[in-house]
Amino acid sequence: MSAPPFALTVNGAPHAVVAPPDQRLTAVLREELGLTGTKVGCDAGDCGACTVLLAGAPACACLVPLAQAAGQAVETVEGLAADPWGAALQRAFLAHGAAQCGICTPGMLMAALPLLRASPQPDEGAAMDAIGGVLCRCTGYRKILEAIQAAHLFREAEAPSSAGAVGERLPRVDGPARVTGTALFGADAAPSDALWLKPIRSPHAHARFTLGDCAPLLARHPGLERVLTAADIPGRNGFGVYPDIKDQPVFCDGLVRYRGDCIAALVGSREAVEAVRFEELPLTWEVLPALTDPSAALAGPLLHDRWAENVLATGRLRAGDAEAALAASAFTAAGEYETSFVEHAYIEPEAGWAQMVRPEGGGPEASDRIEVFATTQAPYMDLDEVAGVLGIPQDRVRIIPSACGGGFGGKLDVSVQPMLAVAAWLLRRPVRAVWSRPESMASSTKRHPARIAARAGCDAEGRLTGFAFEGLYDTGAYASWGPTVAGRVPVQAMGPYRVPAVATRARAILTHQPPSGAFRGFGVPQAAIAQEALWDRLADAAGLDRLEFRLRNALRAGDATASGQVLTHSVGLVACLEALRPRWHALRDAAASRNAGGGSRRHGVGIACMWYGIGNTGMSNPSTMRVTLGPEGVTFHNGAVDIGQGSTTILLQILAEALGLPPRDIHLVLYDTDLTFDAGKTSASRQTFVSGRAAQDAALALRRQILLRANAGEDAKLDLRDGILHVDGRPLPLEAPLEGIGRFDPPTVPLDADGQGVPYATYGFAAQLAALSVDMELGTVHLERIVAAHDVGRTINPTMVEGQIHGGIAQGIGLALMEEYLPGRTENLHDYLIPTVGDVPAIECLLIEDREPLGPFGAKGIGEPALVPTAPAIFSAINHATGAWITRAPALPHRVLAAIREARR
Amino acid sequence: MSGDRKPASLAEALSLLAGAPEAPLLLAGGTDVYPARAVAEAWGRYAPRPVLDLSGLGLAGIEDRGDHHRIGAGVTWAALRDAPLPPWFDGLRQAARQVGGVQVQARGTVLGNLCNASPAADGVPPLLTLEAEVELASRRGTRRLPLGAFILGNRRTALAPDEIATAILVPKPAGETRSAFLKLGARSYLVISIAMVAGLLEIDSGRIAAARLAIGACSPVAQRLPELEAALIGARPEEAAALAAPEHLAPLSPIDDVRATAEYRRHAALVLLRRLLAGLAAPQAQGGSQAA
Ligand SMILES: Cc1cc2nc3c(=O)[nH]c(=O)nc-3n(C[C@@H](O)[C@@H](O)[C@H](O)COP(=O)(O)OP(=O)(O)OC[C@H]3O[C@@H](n4cnc5c(N)ncnc54)[C@H](O)[C@@H]3O)c2cc1C
Ligand code: FES
Ligand code: FES
Repeated sequence: MSAPPFALTVNGAPHAVVAPPDQRLTAVLREELGLTGTKVGCDAGDCGACTVLLAGAPACACLVPLAQAAGQAVETVEGLAADPWGAALQRAFLAHGAAQCGICTPGMLMAALPLLRASPQPDEGAAMDAIGGVLCRCTGYRKILEAIQAAHLFREAEAPSSAGAVGERLPRVDGPARVTGTALFGADAAPSDALWLKPIRSPHAHARFTLGDCAPLLARHPGLERVLTAADIPGRNGFGVYPDIKDQPVFCDGLVRYRGDCIAALVGSREAVEAVRFEELPLTWEVLPALTDPSAALAGPLLHDRWAENVLATGRLRAGDAEAALAASAFTAAGEYETSFVEHAYIEPEAGWAQMVRPEGGGPEASDRIEVFATTQAPYMDLDEVAGVLGIPQDRVRIIPSACGGGFGGKLDVSVQPMLAVAAWLLRRPVRAVWSRPESMASSTKRHPARIAARAGCDAEGRLTGFAFEGLYDTGAYASWGPTVAGRVPVQAMGPYRVPAVATRARAILTHQPPSGAFRGFGVPQAAIAQEALWDRLADAAGLDRLEFRLRNALRAGDATASGQVLTHSVGLVACLEALRPRWHALRDAAASRNAGGGSRRHGVGIACMWYGIGNTGMSNPSTMRVTLGPEGVTFHNGAVDIGQGSTTILLQILAEALGLPPRDIHLVLYDTDLTFDAGKTSASRQTFVSGRAAQDAALALRRQILLRANAGEDAKLDLRDGILHVDGRPLPLEAPLEGIGRFDPPTVPLDADGQGVPYATYGFAAQLAALSVDMELGTVHLERIVAAHDVGRTINPTMVEGQIHGGIAQGIGLALMEEYLPGRTENLHDYLIPTVGDVPAIECLLIEDREPLGPFGAKGIGEPALVPTAPAIFSAINHATGAWITRAPALPHRVLAAIREARR
Repeated sequence: MSGDRKPASLAEALSLLAGAPEAPLLLAGGTDVYPARAVAEAWGRYAPRPVLDLSGLGLAGIEDRGDHHRIGAGVTWAALRDAPLPPWFDGLRQAARQVGGVQVQARGTVLGNLCNASPAADGVPPLLTLEAEVELASRRGTRRLPLGAFILGNRRTALAPDEIATAILVPKPAGETRSAFLKLGARSYLVISIAMVAGLLEIDSGRIAAARLAIGACSPVAQRLPELEAALIGARPEEAAALAAPEHLAPLSPIDDVRATAEYRRHAALVLLRRLLAGLAAPQAQGGSQAA
């Protein structure tokens, strides 16, 4: 019996849909109608990415059954451009930089649309209420609010666009695809005949298992093609970001080490795969005791034979005699601090597809290639992993990064790529996978929970004398980026200050927890919480203003760091603090006068600073960029993955400026391992600095050749007319294409056993203020304002820099106040809380430009620096407001209240 | 799923239900049903059941029936939020504004919130203070249960397999009434309550003639506070907050979970309760969010 089709009207167009009545509207739109502009971040109503209008009202399409949508007008992002308010919103979002990665953008736009229809010039509160149900992990919401409130100005006019010189607010060049919903994310593109892959994951943190004969299961489920297991991996059943550590199995071989570890994968038609219940698998478990505490793990049975005492990595730094310095200090302070697992919570779960490609005209099997299209931050690392897992040479692998719906470090490790590649390789069919939110959260890497014991001292005038730091970082079940974290933390744990005697150590400890990996800041945000709290205690003890204390000890050009590196340029911390000083006093005065009024809310203002080494720690991390001039014009081959932070736009601005042409004249070929050079991974805040410099050099190389051919002088003017390059007004004859290649590897010196060397070529510096109030009876914290002063070297694009600062601060707020991942308990965006629009206060950005001579036009990086000082500034403000010292993140209301009581005791 | 139905009348729905070989899943706004399904799907536990979709029954009205209001099964949080209703509904409408975001409010039904019977269901405390009843229909007939007797425990109700909940019935209180709702959570939108408090006062000649108070998320089912309610009778509203004492929270049995400790919940409930009562004493009684 075939059911009659449902009549669905989408953006005014009628459709007859044959699908089950309880099918989610998201699935109908995306899979049946091909309208992939509506995004899926959770399938549970929690993220709002799927927001559409149903009869004019916003609804989460993932919660709407087809049968209920039928007969009603459905509006989606695909219809926005034809709607006057929709088009205005799209333009406003572009102009205001309200879309970064773009995965939340369709939902944001749709949620804002009914508001504007009803009230064209909404106030901020109304705009907040409209998008309160849509999560954004990138922007910190402030620019989205601005855009919604400004949309009425974009009704008629195209956004006035800047030419895009360095320093100008060029709108994202990849922005139009984001506001129209046409950008293709990992789940948005796959051939219609692709098979579906679903991993089977362990519900246990530590267990042995056996998987019996799957033939009966396959027989019971027609359309189920294969159950892939460890035995099916053609090459190495292991991946990991270090060339010599491939410890994480694609499919576990009889032993799981964390809840979420992958034991097998079902491959077949989507219906068949989704119909399988895991209890049908011939699976037997022997559950083993799990080490979930890093201190216990030190003395526990080994997770991997290779690492004694479960210590994956140790990093240390020693300068002078810290103990002696502390003993001789006029004032000392000590504290113990603890942070939690933090989930990246990018709104786009892991997704992609893979296919085996036969060379044209057939050819031997040995020339088959594999292509993987997936969401990633590190295509070249993915390429290595896929080649290793398939046991084939690297030149037979092609990685095509999809649009990336947020990464923040979590998409530096492979996710879907190896298993998709194995499945496509073995089955010789395209294979596709999209992870659910619970699966994404259970399986992906996290920010390391840290347990830190730190001590610091200063002399009677408040000059720092010594600093000792011992950090235990829970690195979870597999190595991932644990060694990187253990390496960076001790080098940066004393912060951007002159500290004569330092002893720091960080250890990454293996446990049966989710693998801790890379997350915006590589362990430094945790350390900054300890470091900055001690400075507050010392400043108070020495009777100094907390800002002046930091200023007195701030690194300046000419100073040597604890690593023995003399900083010669671009040390803008003093300028940051001085820029904050007037706000500091004004906000402190305001807090004092509000507190004088009494009441259960106490107001406070806190401060924290940070530094951040741009690029890898004491290791080569080159980038190569290429620009060509040919009959088609100028083409920029850019392999740096834009994960929302804006590198595609920033690098183009740099390249265009160096070349002497406006950005609009330059074609882009973006990240694809077959088409672009290795730009390194998008991490460590390195793309502007490292790839930016490579882009600048590539442009200069091409420009030199052009000038040479044209026999023109250094300052000749280039322009492009009708596709022909003119030099000083004369067309340039071109017999053969020209090419400029730039490669930059920031100069560093590897660290010795005491952490001495030149770990980074340059550092970002920042100081932030947080103003807030605390409900003394409930322990709730209400943020009122954040002022962020950042030395970025040179601002290539203020909108992008502010966007990074806002987004970093929002994540810092989450780290400080609400985010705590507990395996099996906060495995969704309902129980795992990330900031909503109502949780991010007004943010003022003060951009300090202390030029970095090595950087492109003086620029450094901003991605991670933005997050680091926020949590410590918030904790400093809580202390100022209440007297309570926060030692455990997140500072949930019950913890704040307990700390307040403790302080009163 | 074959066997899925979307009947157009209650009678049809009840006969489908009575004749169903396998108990179907009743579906209203889907805002609890689909999230539960997403978790089950992720861990390979999803077992499809035939769905009986209640959205076509035409039960989406809020009606004044003289001595009571009738809130039909199809009434969404948004409809309730935006309806012009007398002041004793203020608390419930304050809750409506804080359930999820506008998307969830537009689809989720108030009655679905009761039927889902989560300990953190924001609809339960205000409706307990309204002494609401739940109307249940089956082919056997119609019955009404006080809300307190309808919800039996964490995700357990008195709904029989052949029944559909058709309405919430809210009796009209006597005289001047004030009501409010306060919710505490760890973020400002889309947040499940750590604790929430609802209160309704009937005031006669400047004195409290009747008080009804309820606290949610601090026990498997939200609880009324009968001792405090009794103690408030005869007091002036501005005295009420000071009368609330820890021993009045005896009906609560809070637990430690990811959102807060049990001890904190008990403490916060009292703080919220006092604030709610203080707010009800002020003429511009305002409930709202106590989120961070
Ligand atoms: C993102 C998000 C945020 C949320 N935030 C909150 C919050 O802050 N506070 C809060 O209290 N809730 C919250 N909820 C849950 C809330 O939306 C639901 O409880 C809602 O009110 C349920 O109504 P529904 O119509 O969607 O029910 P459905 O999901 O359709 O059904 C819920 C349950 O009730 C049964 N049922 C529904 N109607 C009937 C009926 N008439 N007769 C018999 N059984 C019935 C169903 O079988 C099912 O078991 C949130 C949900 C989401 C997705
Ligand atoms: S996908 Fe619908 S709310 Fe997240
Ligand atoms: S831009 Fe909002 S989630 Fe990335």
